[in-house]
Parts: sequence; structure tokens; C-alpha cells
Amino acid sequence: MLSKAKMAINLWVTLLAIWLVLNASIESQVLLSGIFLATLLSVTLVHFSSAYADVRLSPRVIGHILLYLLVFTGELVRANFNVARLVFSPRLDIHPGIVEIKTRLQSRTARMLLANSITLTPGTLVVNIIGDTLFVHWIDVRSKDPAGATQAIAARFEKHLSVIYG
Amino acid sequence: MIEVIGSLVILAGSVFLFAAGLGVLRMPDSYNRIQTGTKASTLGTILVLLGIAILHPAWTGKLLLLVFFILFTNPVSSHALARASHTRHVPLSDKTVVDRLDEAEHPAGDA
Repeated sequence: MLSKAKMAINLWVTLLAIWLVLNASIESQVLLSGIFLATLLSVTLVHFSSAYADVRLSPRVIGHILLYLLVFTGELVRANFNVARLVFSPRLDIHPGIVEIKTRLQSRTARMLLANSITLTPGTLVVNIIGDTLFVHWIDVRSKDPAGATQAIAARFEKHLSVIYG
Repeated sequence: MIEVIGSLVILAGSVFLFAAGLGVLRMPDSYNRIQTGTKASTLGTILVLLGIAILHPAWTGKLLLLVFFILFTNPVSSHALARASHTRHVPLSDKTVVDRLDEAEHPAGDA
């Protein structure tokens, strides 16, 4: 767990980066108002956010963040093609169902990212989370048992998230 | 040449958006409509924004931010819709093969 000060600094850097990208300029007025707003927001909001609390940045973690983005983009494209094929096929050849998968991730942020990633890849949709069990609506159920479903849906994301979030 | 590439990327994006719209019409129940309608549109939207970025390189930063926000907000809304549907017992289609969430909430005999 990082200290509040470090979390506030992380938040400050993120907010200022977003501000500068949105303004697309580094004139002194823009920069100063950005610094003012980022300071105000990060000091106020740091008490409500634990999004940065569990990340420990190291070269290995950064590598896995990049790998994760790569894996995620690949999955996103592949799954979009799969769903598009299902939609365009003359016989609606779907086998939908809600399966359960177990996650070994402990961090809440990591679980949130895992659920977001699963939901973003078309074909799978997280309906509910109870404890360490995610209930996933799957448009084309290929495995009804938790182990098989976990392997098919979550394993690729989990491998990198478990390194990033320890 | 740049204009042609950008336009083709936007066209590819709109094909996916069309698939999403068609999916909403064709799918048998709410859950599957959420699957196609809200999520097959992610790649479509990203491709359209990418195409715009190719046509107007100066906007790239802002467009990347848009992609970032879509990637974070889209799954939250899909999940909220699906969870609300299941809580309200919106029926699943006849094609459904398994509903483990229902089994977990209502163990056998307690239907």
C-alpha cells in the first residue's frame, strides 16, 4: 500500500497529462491553470480513490503492462470478428449461457480490470461478481465447468494482471 | 493517399458498427443484444476514431483520450445493464444452455 502522498502525486501526474493532451498546448496560462486544477483535484479526490494503491512499478511490471495491452488488443480484434461472423451468419448459430469462472486475483482494482477486459471482448459479458467468482454471459458456451471456462475466458488476461498487481 | 487510407479505416469501422446494429435486431434476448449492440461497437468506434486521427493528425491526442474513455465506460454500462436484467429476472432465450448465476442464487429445489 502506497502512502497517500504518493497516490496524490500519481493522480496529479495523470490529471495534468490529460489536461495537457486535451489542450494540445504548453502555454504558460494553460500550464498554470492545469497545475492549479490538478493540485486541487488530486488533493480532494485522493481520499476517495484507491485505483493506484496496488500497483508497484518496476521494469518487469511495465513490461507486463505492455504485454497486457498487446494481448488485450489482439483479443478485442479477434472477438469482434467472431461476433460479427455470428451476426452475419444466416442461421443464428449461438449457444448462449451464463458460466462461472474463478479468479485468483486479490486486488479489487485488478478484479475490476479483469472484469472490464472480459466485458470489452465481445462474446463475453460479466453479469455479476460474488466473492472470487465471476458470472459471465458467454454468447457461445464452449465449456460449462468453471475450470474450462476460466481457461478459455480469463487465463490470458489473468497471467499479466497477476504480475502487475502482485 | 492519406485521405484514402483514413477513409478506408472509417469504412471498416462502420462495417463493425453496422454488425452491432444488425445484432441488436437478430439476437434473441437482452443479454445477447447487449453482447452485440454495445460491444461489437467498441472496435467500430475505435476504428472510426483512428480513421479521423489519420485524416487530422493534430487531433490524435484528443482522439486517443476518447478511445481511453470508451474503453473504461463501455464495459461498465454493459455490465450494469446485464446485472440489472438478471436481477429483474429478464428471461434468457430458449437457446441458453446454462445459467450458473441462477443456480448460485437459487440452489436446487429453491426455484
